[in-house]
Amino acid sequence: MTIALETQNLEKQFGGLRVTRDLSLKIEQGARHALIGPNGAGKTTVINQLTGVLKPNSGRILLEGQDITDLPVHKRVLRGLSRTFQINQLYPDLTPLETIGLAVSERLGHGGDWWRRMGTRSDVNGEIADLLSRFHLLDVMNEQTVTLPYGKQRLLEIAVAIAAKPRVLLLDEPAAGVPESERHDILAVVGSLPRDVTVLLIEHDMDLVFSFADRISVLVSGALLTEGPPEQVARDPQVKAVYLGEEAVNV
Amino acid sequence: MSAASDVGHHAQRQARWHYGEIAFWLIVLACGFAFPTRYLIMTDILRLALFTMSLDLILGYAGIVSLGHAAFFGVGAYAAGLLALHGIVKEPVLALIVAGLAAMVLGFATSFLVIRGVDLTRLMVTLGIALLLEALAERFSNITGGTDGLQGIEMQPIFGEIPFDMFGKAGFFYSLAVLFLLFLFARRVVHSPFGLSLRAIKNNPLRAAAIGIPVNRRLIAIYTLAAFYAGVAGALFTQTTAIASLDVFAFERSADLMLVLVIGGTGYLYGGLVGAVIFRMLQEVFSTITPQYWQFWIGLVLVVIVLIGRQRLHRWVLYVPNLIIKQIAGRKAVVAVPESEA
Repeated sequence: MTIALETQNLEKQFGGLRVTRDLSLKIEQGARHALIGPNGAGKTTVINQLTGVLKPNSGRILLEGQDITDLPVHKRVLRGLSRTFQINQLYPDLTPLETIGLAVSERLGHGGDWWRRMGTRSDVNGEIADLLSRFHLLDVMNEQTVTLPYGKQRLLEIAVAIAAKPRVLLLDEPAAGVPESERHDILAVVGSLPRDVTVLLIEHDMDLVFSFADRISVLVSGALLTEGPPEQVARDPQVKAVYLGEEAVNV
Repeated sequence: MSAASDVGHHAQRQARWHYGEIAFWLIVLACGFAFPTRYLIMTDILRLALFTMSLDLILGYAGIVSLGHAAFFGVGAYAAGLLALHGIVKEPVLALIVAGLAAMVLGFATSFLVIRGVDLTRLMVTLGIALLLEALAERFSNITGGTDGLQGIEMQPIFGEIPFDMFGKAGFFYSLAVLFLLFLFARRVVHSPFGLSLRAIKNNPLRAAAIGIPVNRRLIAIYTLAAFYAGVAGALFTQTTAIASLDVFAFERSADLMLVLVIGGTGYLYGGLVGAVIFRMLQEVFSTITPQYWQFWIGLVLVVIVLIGRQRLHRWVLYVPNLIIKQIAGRKAVVAVPESEA
């Protein structure tokens, strides 16, 4: 088995507070791996370290065996590590067409082109059209992002991450805040991601976690509590104790 | 039409020339023939327009605030003055480019200070650099002429053919040509993936980095380019007025520039041009009515613009023309509010 993404003894402190404690994770290639844990367990902090937004105090992060601990955010993206944000991080003034177009251009190395106009490369255009239609955004591609309904913005958030053609994709609560009526679109999109993309899912919604993940890591107070296949984690008395009163775990 | 070519078509929507734009430039050109007695003020407006376009590139597109943009204007102005005074580069167009490059070098060197930190830091750093240069120019008076400025600059004919005349006609058309060429270049740049990435960085630097945009490198690039533009504007100032004095670095120049851009609107390139026209017109009108208190009225206009919002102002101003167009031609309004203002 190949390891797509790995952390070794990751440690992060904010002042005196240890938010990530000696965390060692291994995520297999092609896995559907979920990282769960109660509120304040430090899940998003882990994601921020994986993507380079935060620097760990110690420990290492390996992407496909290569140390990326000290790489800046944009270089990790070009290495094939992409993410979605728990709270949408989009460009309010730009349209979905521009947003996706830019992500595709950057990946293909055309992002620095300062002479050639947007929209004149047929390979880029083809990919944009493909992504827009896959994410049901064709009809709103010329609307300003800020004016889109939340569900569409959520789809765009995921589409932008996919536009980077990641080999490892980090999904930070993809269905958070999406109204019930639009939930189906999001789940369908997440479910239909190609199998060769490794996915690390951070999620509160236990239905989604247990229907999607083939492996689950449980994070409590910044440390790894347990890890295993869904059935095993669901039966784990420690996990039940942690979640007791917060959310019932059903398989 | 296939989806891909449809996407391409829409992606180039903003990059296509609109009738309004062509009309705008024709009117500017026509002004050069219609008002032969007002060349000096019109040249002044063109210089200001170019200078403001430079600020628009960094502020309107990349979101970099600056209170010291006069630093580059000043370096361009002195460079052009020194080149002409000592006969180092005699031909004005060549000297203009060299002066722009001098400002560009300064822009590149200081960009590393500016891209760090947040808006407040940037305001202070840019302000500080301009003040620093002003003090240096005063200190090294043997080169810059100190408080007297550079005197006795004699401009050679453009391309060795067209001399600068005392009415400022050559200066006007020379400035207009420079402005138009640099506008074309800027227009091309802002509609490229690079230009789009700047808007993305302004909108959300976190997401910009998360799709692989090297944020700092892009900001350095546009800051350096904007410095070139400001330097050229400064060089035009020296070349068309034949003076360069310490006030090219003045804080008021940087602050006025911000006013001009806010009046004209940020992030669509024409803001600088429109703003420069309105600003100078207001200055003329108000200083004729109240020579002492014209700044009060400029201030009032600014407050009104910011409070009411440009989008609404645009809609009010364009309400009647658009109504007529709709009635006569039966189609959608031709002139729309620039998107970044919405």
